[in-house]
Amino acid sequence: MAALQAGTKAPDFSLQATPDQTVSLHEFRGRRVILAFYPADWSPVCGDELALFNEVLPEFRRLGAELLGISVDGVWCHLAFAKARSLRFPLLSDFEPKGEVSRVYGAYHASAGTTERALFLIDESATIRWSYVSPIGINPGADGVLKALESMAGGPKS
Amino acid sequence: MSVYVPQLVLPTDPERDHIRGSVHAPLTLLEYGDFECPYCGAAHPVVVEICRRLGRHLRFVFRHFPLANVHPHSELAAEAAEAAGAQGKFWEMHDRLFEHQDSLDDDDLIAHGRALDLDIDALARELVDGTHTQRVREDFTTGVRSGVNGTPSFFINNVRYDGSHDLGSMLETLEGMLRAA
Repeated sequence: MAALQAGTKAPDFSLQATPDQTVSLHEFRGRRVILAFYPADWSPVCGDELALFNEVLPEFRRLGAELLGISVDGVWCHLAFAKARSLRFPLLSDFEPKGEVSRVYGAYHASAGTTERALFLIDESATIRWSYVSPIGINPGADGVLKALESMAGGPKS
Repeated sequence: MSVYVPQLVLPTDPERDHIRGSVHAPLTLLEYGDFECPYCGAAHPVVVEICRRLGRHLRFVFRHFPLANVHPHSELAAEAAEAAGAQGKFWEMHDRLFEHQDSLDDDDLIAHGRALDLDIDALARELVDGTHTQRVREDFTTGVRSGVNGTPSFFINNVRYDGSHDLGSMLETLEGMLRAA
């Protein structure tokens, strides 16, 4: 399943971020959004992709982008994980129906039952401007999405 | 989608980088690491052994990549290593911090400085003044731009190494490159 490519309209979604809060993509219209799909909370590496992106968050925001993490884990799992790792961005739960949003974005790894490590950069008018799927077992760095953000015309709108 | 291979945006620079081994060695192993990260701690003896086995064929470079949200002592520990470096003892402090990862609070850093016979007043002053904050930040930023994807991240001759961090895998890759050089 190929991931959605640059130029594609980003499919809207609504996913739970906490037990009583839902986040929808259309709420971010007029802003840039980075969707970071990742396989699972609690991967046994402390310095992994999410920890890295958490550190780079101020730079993403300086470039006008919000960051949303997405996996198939449930909201309670996300809450505990975000607290343990001091994550400062929302983790969305693609939990029921399982992986539905990940499938739409072409970022679902069916045989593993998890999302792939995939990144999508979405512009102010909800068009995908850049996407990347990591090889299995390799974390993406933040360099690709930063470059893509910087190459977007118009500069950040605050 | 083409295969994308992350490379160092700031190649090894003997003027700014801490280099262990021969500056003119044909192979360069560069680590972006965090003194409070247990995986970096686990990689430390592997790196030491790699340096021992490859001898004059390899130079090892260490740059800071503190993940401050998860590791509250990592930034100041990195600055302490730089402060030791200002007194000519970067590698002594680097080794000591990795060997004492459970003792990295402010008092511990001063104690490490004392154990290495550093000028303690200078060390404490530089930590309080943030003398080396900018340098550590610069390491971090160049790491992000180079595709650091976790800690530790290794680069061999400017290209990110995505293999396993065990001694056998790393040695095999490095020795293969040495033969091909």
